[in-house]
Amino acid sequence: MGEAPHTITTLPTERPPGRPFDPPPELVEARRHGPISAYTFPGGKQGWLVTGFDLVRQVLADQRFSSRKELMLHPTVDYGDFVVPPAPPGEFLLMDEPRHGRYRRPLTARFTVRRMRLLTERIEQVTAEHLDAMAKAGPPADLVTAFAKPIPAVMICELLGVPYEERGSFQENVDKFMDGETNDEDLMAAYTSTQEYLAGLVAAKRANPTDDVLSELTESDLDDEELRGIALILLAAGIDTTANMLSLGTFALLRHPEQLAALRGDPALADRAVEELLRYLSVAKTFMRTALEDVEVGGQLIRAGSPVIASYHTANRDPDRFTDPHGLDLARQEGGHLAFGHGIHQCLGQQLARVEMRVAFPALLGRFPTLRLAVDPEEVDLRPETADIYGVKRLPVTWDA
Amino acid sequence: MRITVDTERCMGSGMCVLTAEEVFDQREDDGKVVVLRPEPPAGDRDAVREAVGLCPAGAITLSAGDRT
Repeated sequence: MGEAPHTITTLPTERPPGRPFDPPPELVEARRHGPISAYTFPGGKQGWLVTGFDLVRQVLADQRFSSRKELMLHPTVDYGDFVVPPAPPGEFLLMDEPRHGRYRRPLTARFTVRRMRLLTERIEQVTAEHLDAMAKAGPPADLVTAFAKPIPAVMICELLGVPYEERGSFQENVDKFMDGETNDEDLMAAYTSTQEYLAGLVAAKRANPTDDVLSELTESDLDDEELRGIALILLAAGIDTTANMLSLGTFALLRHPEQLAALRGDPALADRAVEELLRYLSVAKTFMRTALEDVEVGGQLIRAGSPVIASYHTANRDPDRFTDPHGLDLARQEGGHLAFGHGIHQCLGQQLARVEMRVAFPALLGRFPTLRLAVDPEEVDLRPETADIYGVKRLPVTWDA
Repeated sequence: MRITVDTERCMGSGMCVLTAEEVFDQREDDGKVVVLRPEPPAGDRDAVREAVGLCPAGAITLSAGDRT
């Protein structure tokens, strides 16, 4: 089968200075050699790195590639003989069927295109409130805390039924899970405190159901531990991902003034613009799979048990799939990207994220016609490549008051 | 063009509704696909083809219809 694959020996841990939106050059280089590369994991296990658009799609659509947490190998850290336990009940991202479906299926109807569109007016309202507050307090402002974080957080908390005043400490803990820089001890503390909070929340919904997703789920056969797990991943995913798209997306627009002007001049461009920003930024950049049996992919034989790294951000810059892949073109006609994944694990909240971004970007640009960075672009603090979700830590902006 | 869908495979992503909303919808109770127009008019066919390609579950298939 196939010729000897291109081999990469180390995975990059950061992006080069001055190019914060591009995947690390080592990954783009790997794609240049071919859509699949051999990669030896720390500890010596032979695995694979998939960077081609078509092959990433193929792997994600094929259930012979498992998402189970207990099979997963960390791509850059050797944990030795440490045995990873299966994902806790409810945390369905790192499960296969049928466990995955038990948790995801009851949620599908709550996140349909139609239901998410019904939230448009509420998102407009929440966005306007935050833009008002930002205008009043500034200039300048940190766009992450004033705009990017609170809007998706309010929406997912309202959907799930997390009382607004309880959001603060919860959000701090989620930040710790996601920033890629918190030490193990603090991570455990954040996890424990979040679990305790969610246990209380689930108990409260059982006792006094309100009009939200979590209360509706208490009527199903899911037990408290399962509900806690579901709530955890919905909140974490809802809080961190869109927030990073909004802040990194604004950074990207400010660095592409002609694109920003096009969107500001024509809000009808928003739908396409959001898809292109999703493709271009791919903040959820890497997911892991493990082969359950021998599978041929792109002319290479992936042996049962081999770990596979699917590089979404590199695949979304595949020159075989996208014209001028490294260019940001908000009017791009080529649909389809892997920013939300593909296959059974494709993002459950993608239609919510779309509506949020379609509202929030044009509203921000319309409200602040002179919005600009308040620091040199090189000084914008970025998350390390080791964080699960990429983004900026702070985005200092200013405008003519 | 004739559309068939496999509601067992469908995972309710809504990509078909997003792409061709005149042709597809999602069921209220479980979010799975509903085909509003199994033989879509010419003006919708490009969008339908795109929806087939975007479906994360590979749940939509096309065949030649009476009026193709």
